[in-house]
Amino acid sequence: MSIRERLSGNEAVAYAIRQINPDVMPAFPITPSTEIPQYVSTYIANGEMDTEFIHVESEHSSMSAAIGASAAGARTLTATSSCGLALMWEELYVAASDRLPVVLALVNRALSGPININADHSDSMGARDSGWIQIYAESNQEAYDNFIQAFPIAEHPDVKLPIMICQDGFITSHGVENIEIEEDADVKKFVGEFEPEHYLLKKDEPMAVGPYAVSNYYMESKRAQRQGMLNAKKVILDVAKKFEEMTGRKYGFFEEYRLDDADYAIVIIGSAAGTAKAAIDEIRATTGMKVGLLKIRVFRPFPEEEIAEALKNVKSVAILDRAEMFSGTGGPLGAEVTAGLYRARSKAEIVNYIYGLGGRDITVDDFKQIYDELADIATTHEVKDNYRYIGLRERGEQ
Amino acid sequence: MDNNLNKPYNFKEEMTSKKDRFVPGHRMCAGCGGAVTVRSVLRSLHPEDKAVIGNATSCLEVSSYMYPYSAYEDSYIHNAFENAGATMSGVETAYNVLKKKGKIDDTYKFITFGGDGGTYDIGFQSLSGAMERGHDFVYVCYDNGAYMNTGTQRSSATPRYADTTTTPAGKVKDGKVQTRKDLAAIMAAHNIPYVGQTTFYGNFKDIYTKAEKAIYTPGPAFLNVMSPCPRGWGYETSDLMEICRLAVDTCYWPMFEVVDGVWTLTYEPKKKLPIEDFLRPQRRFKHLFKPGNEYLIEEFQKEIDKNWKELLKKCTM
Repeated sequence: MSIRERLSGNEAVAYAIRQINPDVMPAFPITPSTEIPQYVSTYIANGEMDTEFIHVESEHSSMSAAIGASAAGARTLTATSSCGLALMWEELYVAASDRLPVVLALVNRALSGPININADHSDSMGARDSGWIQIYAESNQEAYDNFIQAFPIAEHPDVKLPIMICQDGFITSHGVENIEIEEDADVKKFVGEFEPEHYLLKKDEPMAVGPYAVSNYYMESKRAQRQGMLNAKKVILDVAKKFEEMTGRKYGFFEEYRLDDADYAIVIIGSAAGTAKAAIDEIRATTGMKVGLLKIRVFRPFPEEEIAEALKNVKSVAILDRAEMFSGTGGPLGAEVTAGLYRARSKAEIVNYIYGLGGRDITVDDFKQIYDELADIATTHEVKDNYRYIGLRERGEQ
Repeated sequence: MDNNLNKPYNFKEEMTSKKDRFVPGHRMCAGCGGAVTVRSVLRSLHPEDKAVIGNATSCLEVSSYMYPYSAYEDSYIHNAFENAGATMSGVETAYNVLKKKGKIDDTYKFITFGGDGGTYDIGFQSLSGAMERGHDFVYVCYDNGAYMNTGTQRSSATPRYADTTTTPAGKVKDGKVQTRKDLAAIMAAHNIPYVGQTTFYGNFKDIYTKAEKAIYTPGPAFLNVMSPCPRGWGYETSDLMEICRLAVDTCYWPMFEVVDGVWTLTYEPKKKLPIEDFLRPQRRFKHLFKPGNEYLIEEFQKEIDKNWKELLKKCTM
């Protein structure tokens, strides 16, 4: 039975952590994810969970300790944001290459500089090639639900990869919403016990982790990681199906909002999807223009074919990135969706927007403007600037 | 502390009869002190205990776990260069949880090895954090006084005037400018229950005893082991033990321990030899023996004398 509650995104994730009661949690404070280890520490202090918390002296050590704990056979998680994730960067690759199912609650925040504590996706997008599964949330509910699905995905014998459960800093992490939470016993049963095949402390089976493996083995190890990532697609859907059976809440690689008959589509990640949905409802109600949305939930593995299939009937697509890539040609989501559409022989016109950097708001009016431009390029077949900023202040504008 | 620790040391039993836990086949150089450090420290593990061995990226790591061959009888984890302390913190914490939950019944000990680069420098924060948090493991620094794995670049453990590839002795420079960081004292200032500084001397009793104390003292322990490097220091591989003897007898490398804050000198040379006896056999100090450079040796001696005097003040015998 689901229970109705009012929780912030950070509270919701901490609540899920308490319910899962993992073995080890190393974590280091950073805004805006700090609340997660704080809430967990309080649960531990009150005897509501018995996870061992390691008060590491940096995020690099946080991920290093997580790797040690997971390799030793403990169910392990951590939480961070922004520069914390950047400091872990080296270790993210090690965790993935060691095939350790560590879970990271990431509260997305802009990377420095300038230093900025608000939401964008530059942190997780910077880590997109590290070999971690990445799942994003629009709302507190999704952050909670995704977190509960994290260990079953990561620990699956066909996957054995670390996973990042992402939510937008402050917008989701600190915004309080009504959400449905599950009973402790149901969550525990859903997540199950961690039973790794090999680990450092396994009886009568010493093992070595983290070898020096040069040109004769390195490439095979990377190919094996890729297989885990490919396998993750099926596992993510299987776990989502089981989750739906328990809660009635349905998840896939992405959410399609009024996309069935849409001529003009926006592809987006995270909390701004909520604003986009409001814009879509208003546009459809007032103008009858067929506008829709594809909200990415799973960015790694990247569901390229499924995205292309979902967008096959649209006339034009705007891909919205909340992270710069400085390639001079677009953002990371823009590049990957565009490549997918090209490979699927899509005829849709494509435009890429950068929005919301460092917590800049994106409004219903901004989305209306984007849909207007989509209608325009679908008619003219001329995309003058396929890599644009929206919500940018003009020179001299206050 | 374990009562076994008070039994008399039997060289033959401990260092030759006991089954090795660091086994032949590793790729460390002939005459390398690092390999001797690992072998000696692991020999002080009680045979009935299991262990997880950690390792910072180093010569040791790339030579002892080259996939698919491990030179360790025990479980082993290498993560990266700067995080051996944090990595072992995770392993040790996992052990405590799994033990508490009844998932493990064996007794494990945790020992992690880092070179001086991985310990004094890049891994210093991670080490300090792990010691401060009180994890029950031993961090062993095999100190060869430079970044030997990448080709003898200076570290904060490199002695003053040493000729390294990043502090070369040239026409206008005399090698490294700065003196060594006193890491053992810094670790002692963490108020951990055991800190030991040692090397290979005589019948190996000093390193054996200190390693055993470090492993079997509950809580964090730090062991600093001078581990000469024939390539970086420039000595004949067969002279390893002689170099160590000279380091100790010149008081370049004093052997002491700090147990619960109490400093004890574990060896005092009967006759303190001049520092040049230690410097002369090493290529890295060759430039100090050029005519006109006598003052550099004098400076070196002054520093040794000062440090030795300060150490004696701290120590009981």
